[in-house]
Amino acid sequence: MRTHLWILLSAMLVNNFTLVMFLGLCSFLGVTNKLSTAIRLGLADTFVLVITSISASILNRWVLTTAPYLRIVAFIIVIASMVQITEMAVKKWSPTLFRELGIYLPLITTNCAILALAIFQTNRGYSFGEGLTFAIGAGAGLTIALVLMASIREKLELADVPAVARGTATVLFIAGALSMAFMGFAGLMSAT
Amino acid sequence: MRMLPPPDVPGAQGATAMQDLLRGLWKENPTFVLLLGMCPTMAITNSVRNSVAMGVTTAFVMILSAIVVSTIRKLVSHEVRVATYILIIATFVQLADILTEAFIPDAHKALGAFIPLIVGNCLVLGRQEAFSSRNTVWRSTLDSIGMSAGFTLGLSTVGTVREILGSGTWFGLRVMPANFEPWVIMNLPPGGFIGFGLVLLALAAWTVQQKKRAAVRAAIERLTSAEGARAPAAAMAGEGAR
Repeated sequence: MRTHLWILLSAMLVNNFTLVMFLGLCSFLGVTNKLSTAIRLGLADTFVLVITSISASILNRWVLTTAPYLRIVAFIIVIASMVQITEMAVKKWSPTLFRELGIYLPLITTNCAILALAIFQTNRGYSFGEGLTFAIGAGAGLTIALVLMASIREKLELADVPAVARGTATVLFIAGALSMAFMGFAGLMSAT
Repeated sequence: MRMLPPPDVPGAQGATAMQDLLRGLWKENPTFVLLLGMCPTMAITNSVRNSVAMGVTTAFVMILSAIVVSTIRKLVSHEVRVATYILIIATFVQLADILTEAFIPDAHKALGAFIPLIVGNCLVLGRQEAFSSRNTVWRSTLDSIGMSAGFTLGLSTVGTVREILGSGTWFGLRVMPANFEPWVIMNLPPGGFIGFGLVLLALAAWTVQQKKRAAVRAAIERLTSAEGARAPAAAMAGEGAR
């Protein structure tokens, strides 16, 4: 149980996927204009991360033992098809949710956080359960980062930013400050 | 090889080989202008050496994928094109992963998971979709060379800022005076965001100044030409009065 808790906290805070590991920055910089979309994207990300973790565990256990050199190819195909299947399933069973998620679901395929999760999970030799915890932690971490960024950017709309710094540069400086704040969580590591 | 005119390229007609090559370097620089491939731009740029290693690895994947994609572009049906491109890219990434591990193990260790993650670099997939799938092998090769050179340039610029401020060195050589206190934060994750932010800010300031200068120049030109137009008229008026 202790390992699970540690994996969860580590993926969520200490090694936050977005702010510390620099994964999934495209969506972090691109779609954090509004809080509501950020939350939705975070949840969709978490969902796909969990599915990916399960598929990666299965692949590692039964398929890739004989051909480890096919890892990247196998992972990317499985992730792409899983996202596609999820999209079709959601569309069939819950058209409302499908409309709400919109473009974000297919976009998640190219989010490098997803592939990174599968690779980290393999490199660290996580078991099925540990992988699942890792995926949930990573998803929660992504959601936290997206929500923080979106809330700050909503306030930023009203601020008087010099014309030169408007746009990506300001967002990057804010991300830097958030990242600095998250470095504080490194203290958790020595506590456990 | 015979250069055929591109049949279905919107906006790129009549581009010369030189334009194809130089497009990625400055005008459509992937890092500064298109803002593609952000993750490696911030993750592995804590030293110039890592930035260059990442740039070269990405170039390897990008150029070879562009050649294959443009070769088979007429055989791939529209519906499965993205899946096909991803598969081609993933194959070359796996190759790059194995090759770097064998020949430059230090770089492989430093870049870590970011070599496999080239698959998810939107720059690589984006160029296949936007350019290689619609152009000849020769032009796609030139475009991918230019784009990867531009990407390497972008990575090294951010790497330069971070390494000089964070360690006081450039490519391992000491450049700052001995009493310079390194800004450790630039080597840590926040430095990635801040370093890239600084580069973008400098670029934006430069662009604004460039625009102002152009506006002033245009205004001066307008004034002088107006004066020039008035002068003969005045001279003529003078002539008439006399």
